[in-house]
Amino acid sequence: MLETLIALFLVIGGAFALIGSIGLARLPDLFTRLHGPTKATTVGVGGILIASVLHFSSRGDGLSLHELLVTLFLFITAPISAYLIARAMLHLRGGKES
Amino acid sequence: MLNAAIAFAFICIAAALLLNFWRLLRGPSAPDRILALDTMYINTIALLVVFGIYLDLTAFFEAALLIAMMGFVGTVALCKYLLRGDIIE
Amino acid sequence: MSMMNRLLPQPLFSVFLLLVWLLLVNTVAPGHLVLGTVLAIALPLFSSRFWPDRPRIHSPWKLLRYIAVLLWDIGLANLAVARLILGPTRKLRPAFIHLPLDLQNEFAISVLASTISLTPGTVSSDLSADRKTLLIHALDVEDEAAVIAAIKQRYEQPLREIFEPC
Repeated sequence: MLETLIALFLVIGGAFALIGSIGLARLPDLFTRLHGPTKATTVGVGGILIASVLHFSSRGDGLSLHELLVTLFLFITAPISAYLIARAMLHLRGGKES
Repeated sequence: MLNAAIAFAFICIAAALLLNFWRLLRGPSAPDRILALDTMYINTIALLVVFGIYLDLTAFFEAALLIAMMGFVGTVALCKYLLRGDIIE
Repeated sequence: MSMMNRLLPQPLFSVFLLLVWLLLVNTVAPGHLVLGTVLAIALPLFSSRFWPDRPRIHSPWKLLRYIAVLLWDIGLANLAVARLILGPTRKLRPAFIHLPLDLQNEFAISVLASTISLTPGTVSSDLSADRKTLLIHALDVEDEAAVIAAIKQRYEQPLREIFEPC
């Protein structure tokens, strides 16, 4: 049962990581490309980290929650990175939109 | 079944890293390359964690945390460089 | 009370620091509880002068509810974005949107900007110099006014209640 759950989270995480990167490779311009990595990839890593929490907590030596720290950190930093990259792009274009 | 899921995750993340690398080489602009690098380090964290589950070792989490921090600092520094022309104000 | 205030300028921040410390060492051994508590009290004291106007959280419960709503929305957002990414890219209607801000607190604005980046099809990309408008890039826009109204109602309103009740 637990193993199924771990496998499910691994598959979801891997799939979302891939979808985010497909977005990065496929979408037509920088601002649309920003959407893939900031959302899908972050959640993909989140899913894999949840799988890791479940796996190491089920080994019998107590809860193992420190993966949550990595997830938290990524959820805080991903929007900041996206914001800075978007600003750098706007700056290079001379402040003009589109 | 867990092994099949781990294999699936490995394949997905490896494909994702290749796509990111392609974007890194192709550009076309500097922010595109920064975004590709940023995504690459996030995917690397995922790869490390899956590898940790595969080997049943907890030793990789500190590495994953460090990659997360250093990658973020790197992205911020590169963007600041593009925005201001120098990093240290 | 004033003694308490001086020792714990930001009680919620201290609790957060203690939690982070326990997660970092990945145990709840008594020794680490003590060390974590010492750090959680000492760090806000030493860093308080870097926070000239520190954010005041008026209702922690509303903050928890906000986080729950946010996590749910992040899940939905990812399904939506995955569909857009894998679908035909010609049909996308990307656009820039100017969101007029009602929030004044800097910390609240940055929380709102991060929220927008993590939720359906929108990434915040610039804040005007007077801090009154936020420039948002959206992946697929049908109705600009509807997007603005949705953000205001779902995220900005709760944030105002949390950080700056009048």
